[in-house]
Amino acid sequence: MSLLQSTQFRPDPSATTARRAFIRAWPDFQNPAAWLVALILIIMPLIASGFFLIEIFATTLILGIIALSLMFLAGYGGMVSLMQLTIAGFAGYMVAVFGVSGNANISLGWPWWLATPMALALATLFGTLGGALAVRTEGIYTIMITLAIGAAFYYFTNQNWAIFNGHTGINTVATPHFWGVDWRADIAFYYVTLGIAAICYFAVQYVSRAPFGLALQGVRDNSRRMAALGFNPNAHRIAAYAFAAFIAGLGGVLQVWNYRQISPGSVSVGACIDILIIAVVGGITRPIGPFIGAFIFVLLRTFALDVLIKFGLDGNRFRLLIGLGFLAIVFWSSDGVIGLWERWRRHHVSSAKRTGGGRHG
Amino acid sequence: MDSVAHRLSAVGAGAALELRGVTRLFGALAALTDVTITVRPGERRAVLGSNGAGKTTLFNCITGDFPPSSGTIRFFGEDITQFPPYERIRRGLRRTYQISALFPGLTVQDNVYLACRGVSRGRFSFLRPGQNDALMHATENLVQAVHLAAVKDQRVAELAHGQQRQLEIALALAGAPRFILFDEPAAGLSPTERRELIEILTSLPAHIGYIIIEHDMDVALRVVESVTMMHNGRIFKEGPPREIESDPEVQELYLGGGHE
Repeated sequence: MSLLQSTQFRPDPSATTARRAFIRAWPDFQNPAAWLVALILIIMPLIASGFFLIEIFATTLILGIIALSLMFLAGYGGMVSLMQLTIAGFAGYMVAVFGVSGNANISLGWPWWLATPMALALATLFGTLGGALAVRTEGIYTIMITLAIGAAFYYFTNQNWAIFNGHTGINTVATPHFWGVDWRADIAFYYVTLGIAAICYFAVQYVSRAPFGLALQGVRDNSRRMAALGFNPNAHRIAAYAFAAFIAGLGGVLQVWNYRQISPGSVSVGACIDILIIAVVGGITRPIGPFIGAFIFVLLRTFALDVLIKFGLDGNRFRLLIGLGFLAIVFWSSDGVIGLWERWRRHHVSSAKRTGGGRHG
Repeated sequence: MDSVAHRLSAVGAGAALELRGVTRLFGALAALTDVTITVRPGERRAVLGSNGAGKTTLFNCITGDFPPSSGTIRFFGEDITQFPPYERIRRGLRRTYQISALFPGLTVQDNVYLACRGVSRGRFSFLRPGQNDALMHATENLVQAVHLAAVKDQRVAELAHGQQRQLEIALALAGAPRFILFDEPAAGLSPTERRELIEILTSLPAHIGYIIIEHDMDVALRVVESVTMMHNGRIFKEGPPREIESDPEVQELYLGGGHE
């Protein structure tokens, strides 16, 4: 902005409105902090060890993508879906079933470039069907019905041996190798994850200002009025579930590539609720929230153990820390960590204005 | 292109809106009883009546917010009784709400843009509108027509009451309306805002008819050519404004009935 003001060259008015529209459309491009974060993420392999790259950052990005799908539904559509991890897990299972794995009796052995689109298509279908059920309800009943779908899928994977291989799950799932690169090697996989997370992030941000996203926010604010404007609110809700399911599916594919195995434990009810916690802690008003939430979650999960043991407590109590953090966030900031940050900044800016005030008077 | 059939059926139809024996029950309570109304295309009509007379229920039945319990509703000759609200809106029906029904989390511009998008193609579009998008121009024009250009980037939650009422009207004017239902558009407006409202209503193109629910007789009688009086969910009297105004029964029931 200051650059624009200081130049002598005055662009014609249509160009400035175009520029203003661009700034509104892509706020990240105007934010130096966003550029800094992007730069750090890109050069991360120079700084971080393999452990940090995969266990911290890739895991954060994968959980962030799945939580992003929940953020899209909850933030723009007002629909809290607890089945987003289930959809991701379903996509992971489908990669293992259609692709190559150690369980040759189950896996069909398709190459990854066939198995992955198939898994994504089926996950999207799964999410759309679940959504078609869920949109018949509102509020707490949406949570209940999606939780029921998640729980049902968990028990089904435990008991079905023909496709899901029961409680042992599917092991040694093959990951993509092409152009002479092992894409599951630490650095390559980190970049794959980062790239897909960035695409999902910008896609959600872009769609939120496209007619589909605006209409979804309209349905969230007042679905009856949307019908009185010519929209079919339930069709929009179901389409939102489909879009979110595709994103969750991408996260699920990355997750199965990351662990190279998938078992019912990956789609447990507890894991479904973790996604909700991640989204709420980070904040569901903006697409960056889920990634921040996932980062906090992964840090706590990884390091709280050591800290707790140092204080002479049981290391498995890291969930207690996460739970307390969750309570604190819900208590003090309904829009998560980004809400806290924004409030702090607004406070900072307004106090700065007060000290330098009087210019406008 | 569902319009071929409905245009054909509209050719022979004299009425913009035709209600026959419309009844709406809420449990044992009849909010509307056997209401039969015919409104010509381009006709402007006021619906008067005390609270609980069934005026808003009438609107809700016409737009499909609540379907009628019995009776038929025809819109330009087409039977729309079983249609969901959005199908009626896509055929050129519009309405405003007595209590503003807007999208508080979105800006004024986004609210109007949604209204324009709702009655055109691409409701599910994943592509953002460009600078030269026809609907963006339509949006700008509408925002200007209701005097909200200065606040178009503000969130609706931050608007004053009068501005929200104006936005409410803008949403009903989007696209190519053929018939509009205004539910107390002047409620809570200042005298200046009322003058602006009258100006907007009287400057609507002649082919757009409307029904207006309005307690303020000054507003109502200046913008309509016919009046329907309702009482206890039934049509009580119909006629030109002067006749209704001077009708002793009406005066006793409505104007003298403790209403300002």
